[in-house]
Amino acid sequence: MTGNVLLQITDLHASVEGREILKGVDLTVKTGEVHAIMGPNGSGKSTLAQVLAGHPAYTVTAGQVLYEGKDLLAMAPEQRAREGVFLAFQYPVAIRGITNAYFLRAAVNAIRKHKGVEELGPVEFMDALEEKLKAIGWDSSYLTRPVNDGFSGGEKKRNEILQLAVLDPKLAILDETDSGLDIDALKTVAQTVDKLRRPDNATVLVTHYYRILTHIQPDVVHVLAAGRIVKSGGKDLALELEEKGYDWLRTEAAVA
Amino acid sequence: MSSGIEAQVLQPYKYGFVTDIESETVPPGLSEDVIRLISQKKGEPAWMLDWRLKAYRNWLKMPEPHWANVQYGPVDYQAISYYAAPKQRPKLDSLDQVDPKLLETFEKLGIPIEERKRLAGVAVDAVFDSVSVATTFREELKKHGVIFCAISEAIREYPDLVRQYLGSVVPYNDNFFAALNSAVFTDGSFVYVPTGVRCPMELSTYFRINAESTGQFERTLIIADEGSHVSYLEGCSAPVRNENQLHAAVVELVALDRATIKYSTIQNWYPGDEEGRGGIYNFVTKRGACRGRASKISWTQVETGSAITWKYPGCILQGDDSIGEFYSVAVTNHRQQADTGTKMIHMGKNTRSTIVSKGISAGRGQNTYRGLVKILKGAEQARNYSQCDSMLIGDKCGAHTFPYIDVRNSSAIMEHEASTSKIGEDQIFYAKQRGLSAEDAVSMIVNGFCKEVFKELPMEFAVEAQRLLGISLEGSVG
Repeated sequence: MTGNVLLQITDLHASVEGREILKGVDLTVKTGEVHAIMGPNGSGKSTLAQVLAGHPAYTVTAGQVLYEGKDLLAMAPEQRAREGVFLAFQYPVAIRGITNAYFLRAAVNAIRKHKGVEELGPVEFMDALEEKLKAIGWDSSYLTRPVNDGFSGGEKKRNEILQLAVLDPKLAILDETDSGLDIDALKTVAQTVDKLRRPDNATVLVTHYYRILTHIQPDVVHVLAAGRIVKSGGKDLALELEEKGYDWLRTEAAVA
Repeated sequence: MSSGIEAQVLQPYKYGFVTDIESETVPPGLSEDVIRLISQKKGEPAWMLDWRLKAYRNWLKMPEPHWANVQYGPVDYQAISYYAAPKQRPKLDSLDQVDPKLLETFEKLGIPIEERKRLAGVAVDAVFDSVSVATTFREELKKHGVIFCAISEAIREYPDLVRQYLGSVVPYNDNFFAALNSAVFTDGSFVYVPTGVRCPMELSTYFRINAESTGQFERTLIIADEGSHVSYLEGCSAPVRNENQLHAAVVELVALDRATIKYSTIQNWYPGDEEGRGGIYNFVTKRGACRGRASKISWTQVETGSAITWKYPGCILQGDDSIGEFYSVAVTNHRQQADTGTKMIHMGKNTRSTIVSKGISAGRGQNTYRGLVKILKGAEQARNYSQCDSMLIGDKCGAHTFPYIDVRNSSAIMEHEASTSKIGEDQIFYAKQRGLSAEDAVSMIVNGFCKEVFKELPMEFAVEAQRLLGISLEGSVG
């Protein structure tokens, strides 16, 4: 199965507060694929995710990112989102006083408006939403609660996945969505992500741990170390990392 | 904080146009002669003039108050014109004779007063500078015994009612600005709801300042007789001008046994430009007396306009089991300053009060909540709940809270909650990542913050308030 190139990152350099974090990342993601990006703490995994989403704290100093052949870095964050780039945040932000349902509808309608599709009214939206929830086997208790306000760490992560399911992006970037989840929650989240896989979308999973990959089969596993992808391989690479840790790769990278 | 959140652009004030109409303006300056002239133009009885003069003589002896947390240069009271009216005075009972320019003005402001365009279920008194130009649905209201008219007309037509209640809640010597208002007030609304009547529609007054170098001094008096119920809303706006114009109003409410008055304000006076040039000084005294048993007065205000706001709508809870409420949203953007809050004076037994205040500061705005809850000796089992929340947008604005609590009866139960939050770059980015624009994100977050207050507004106006809030904060986030 070979899809079209959805995301092409070439020699990407990025820094935060003058400190260079990404030092030449190359990555190609095709539709239909799931990529796992692993690596030790501080290797730049989350930075890569934030840069792709357009977080203003990061400055791209060199390189290129093409998304569907278009210059992603030239787009404003909201533009990227409307074009189908979704980031599941490592630390989701709380918004008091706004229910999840309201927030989701605003997001869905912003995207629909961008596409030139008619916006959904509250009733239509709730109908569509319930259908979606049913399809992924979630109950609707999340909808009436304020966005991430008073949520436990695990609930926040689940809520990101709920948003992912509702917004149905072309490119989903999951930034350590698995950390802080217990085994059951991890399973639900992973299964939901798996259900959303289609030949026309793609997922980039940023993770520390092998365990999420037992539920979601990655097509490619990359190791990011010191701001560069130092090794890529199949699922076996993840297993190898689980057993041996990252140190052997650092030596290898230093040699290379 | 990155620079994005502080980016300031000129906020477009959408009601800043000037109506080109010939008006009759009294030359600037204040004296007993000017007061006599105003009284004469209004065709007032002698007692009214005497009252005005008494207020004026008191005012001369009073110092301008400066305890509020606001800063402004000296006001030259002799440079203000105290009376301005469109030349072609309409007959109040016939809209055909209202100058089309005035009809057009109010229509532009979203307040159509022509018969066929009127808002269903809302009666409007439209006040332009110093005079009421039209009051809609008067006949319909009269069928229910409800009196709704300009106060200048009430002074002539219902002198006994006015005489009995005018100044009974806010005396002519209450404070500097109330005394000034008592001396020179020109128009405003008068409402009387008779015993047992539930007013069949929303009553509303729209105040428009148009003339240059004038002040607006309106006076509103609402009386809800036993067991009656009325909901009243006021709105206001003014043209964009480089000068500061003074607006010193007085509002008095009287609720008798089991009566309820709900008073809502959407204040959108010209706030001045981004550098703080121009704008209205909104120095207002509003007070309601819950005179009867189990009566209730509820204030809801959405304050988005004015260069400076100084107002503390309060309730005097005289009757046993009476209830006072204050719900407020105050926004200061650019260089606006607001010092606002409430006074709840508990006198009767089992009196209850609720205060919910939401202050939003953006740009270099300064927002102060100042509130007094006073429980007097005889107020057995009085209860108060206060909640003061502040929200900051950017890092050059300020939020201040001064709650005063004075309890003289040990059976009182008082609760006070306060919070301060900040719209962060992270919240904005999160919303943007879901496809929302920064402006939509801010408007959504702010509306969520204000929800408890907006739900107190009459339905038709809640939508307007939300929209207005969006406009006021336009440009506060990049």
